[in-house]
Amino acid sequence: MAVLRKMTAAVAFAFAATGAQAQISGDVIKIGVMNDMSGLYADIGGPGSVIAAKMAVEDFGAAKKGMKVEVLAADHQNKPDVGSTLARQWYDVEGVDVIVDVPTSSVALAVNQVTRDKGKAFLVTGAATSDLTGKACSPNTIHWLYDTWMLANGTGSAIVKTGGDSWFFLTADYAFGHALERDTAEVVKKNGGKVLGAVRHPLSTQDFSSFLLQAQASKAKIIGLANAGGDTINSIKQAAEFGIVQAGQNLAGLLVFLTDVHGLGLKTAQGLILTEAWYWDLNDSTRAWAKRFAKQHGGKYPSMDHAGVYSAVIHYLKTVEALKTDDGTKVIAKMKATPTDDPLFGKGSIRQDGRKIHPVYLFEVKKPSESKGPYDYYKVRATIPAEQAFRPMKDGGCPLVK
Amino acid sequence: MTEIFGIPTVALFGQLLIGLINGSFYALLSLGLAVIFGLLNIINFAHGAQYMLGAFCAYLLLEKAGIGYWWSLLLAPIIVGITGLVIERTMLKQLYKLDHLYGLLLTFGLALIIEGLFRNEFGSSGQPYPIPAELAGGKNLGFMFLPVYRGWVIFASLAVCLGTWFLIEKTRLGAYLRAATENPQLVQAFGINVPRMITLTYGFGVALAAFAGVMAGPIYQVSPQMGANIIIVVFAVVVIGGMGSIMGSIVTGFGLGLIEGLTKVFYPEASNTVIFIIMAIVLLIKPAGLFGTQK
Repeated sequence: MAVLRKMTAAVAFAFAATGAQAQISGDVIKIGVMNDMSGLYADIGGPGSVIAAKMAVEDFGAAKKGMKVEVLAADHQNKPDVGSTLARQWYDVEGVDVIVDVPTSSVALAVNQVTRDKGKAFLVTGAATSDLTGKACSPNTIHWLYDTWMLANGTGSAIVKTGGDSWFFLTADYAFGHALERDTAEVVKKNGGKVLGAVRHPLSTQDFSSFLLQAQASKAKIIGLANAGGDTINSIKQAAEFGIVQAGQNLAGLLVFLTDVHGLGLKTAQGLILTEAWYWDLNDSTRAWAKRFAKQHGGKYPSMDHAGVYSAVIHYLKTVEALKTDDGTKVIAKMKATPTDDPLFGKGSIRQDGRKIHPVYLFEVKKPSESKGPYDYYKVRATIPAEQAFRPMKDGGCPLVK
Repeated sequence: MTEIFGIPTVALFGQLLIGLINGSFYALLSLGLAVIFGLLNIINFAHGAQYMLGAFCAYLLLEKAGIGYWWSLLLAPIIVGITGLVIERTMLKQLYKLDHLYGLLLTFGLALIIEGLFRNEFGSSGQPYPIPAELAGGKNLGFMFLPVYRGWVIFASLAVCLGTWFLIEKTRLGAYLRAATENPQLVQAFGINVPRMITLTYGFGVALAAFAGVMAGPIYQVSPQMGANIIIVVFAVVVIGGMGSIMGSIVTGFGLGLIEGLTKVFYPEASNTVIFIIMAIVLLIKPAGLFGTQK
């Protein structure tokens, strides 16, 4: 009798659980911020992304609307196996509904697959590979901030047009570096330039002297740095030491963040041309947010990744509020159908292949004399409108696009 | 232009020279580790963190006190060496009678704490540290452009390494030290203050790491990660050279730097792993290391 009662209760619970499909799972929206908390990309995302996510939850007013939102954080250590195990554990055990950030393209591709298998949501701001809206596109993923195609066509195109027509690549030997090298090589060739060679270095290399020597030997006019974070900083610093620029070659930092410029110092970084999707000093709204962020982040100003996390979480919460469910596939579909609007990026939209589009900016790093305060590093060279900044949807090879 | 295996000899010599420069750092760091292990039987996992501390000490001396590179070369090892003395006196002392493993765990934990604290404070992108004016610029050697500072690195580390080897192997103080580790009771019976020698030796090993850190500051970013990145390779170097052998770690350090340099030319993707492959081979053939003696 007791067993029968228990079984009835269990069955009743099971029905109750399945009946609750139009509701928030577990009554709590759990947002998982996964990124590199301790390695070469930790300043780009790291703990700052957690702060940005929490600011988004606060500004959205979740508490006042009676929605329970929790932000979790974890370190994927730039390893795809760690990332996918973490994603599985979060989705299956902890009930996380959406994962945000995830720099390091190899990890992002792994999490992209896990999210798709489990029907959850993935808002990737940190990773760069344009494959996320190309052959790896998924109905559960939105590529929020930037990608290798945009970088290649921003920085790469600008440099080729000013005469840099022979290139040698210094590439981080994993998914991101390969994607960036591939997209930039295409741009170079399309504009009539030549690619003289490439050398692939392991991720998180301390010493670039040997690779820079090979780049020098190639006699290419431009040395393209298809790497990021600590690797880019080390490459640029050591290139200065080896007199590469004095000898007549120029460096192209294909992916440079504000935090990298801060790590290099303006003396070394001045004159660098780079493309970013956001900068704290663009308008009053971004400035105000940046100052609020800096107060919580030990005085360090936000990178574009932090701004991306904030913007993505706000749009996600608005969509969940409207749909009244946190089912990943449904929420992503609705997010794509709804235009975005937040204090940092203004108005934007998300395409069918999962690519969010917004204007991007070609920046030049100021000279030390031109900088009037901490983190005052960039001057705007050009604004690339949203429609031109990203790869046309038909060229991506995304199976979702009919 | 002559070519070896498809690489012009000119480019090859440039790479070998760079390999030698990297080898200098490996040699300096593995020397400190070998001294500490060979004489004290402690596996000092905090060595990488102490290397990082040396670099940060130089950075902070410059930022806060305006003290330049040359003084930092002297002061930073002393300051970090003193912290080493404190660690030895307060924590490591208790572990001598226990298994090696406890020393390893303690120093590993210390490394994580130190690196975490610095990362919390300074972030991971690193701080810029300028090359001192006297060593700036470079010489065009014909086959490559050698920055003067990197040439200085080879010279300084060779000098320090050989000086340390001389101190330990050829002087009376070194003899006391080696005797004290072989048979502490007997040496103490002769009136030599063994515990103090051990403390000072640990401090000296740590100071060597800090010295390497100051030298690394101008060319690698001064970042909380710098120790973690290099310490694993240095352990491999020490294992290959023979855990207790001073000369072994110096020779192996420079040698492996050269081999790594060559790998970067012929197959750069493997440059991270070649040292471990060599370590595996050496351990299979000669488990005590190339210069080590079976204890």
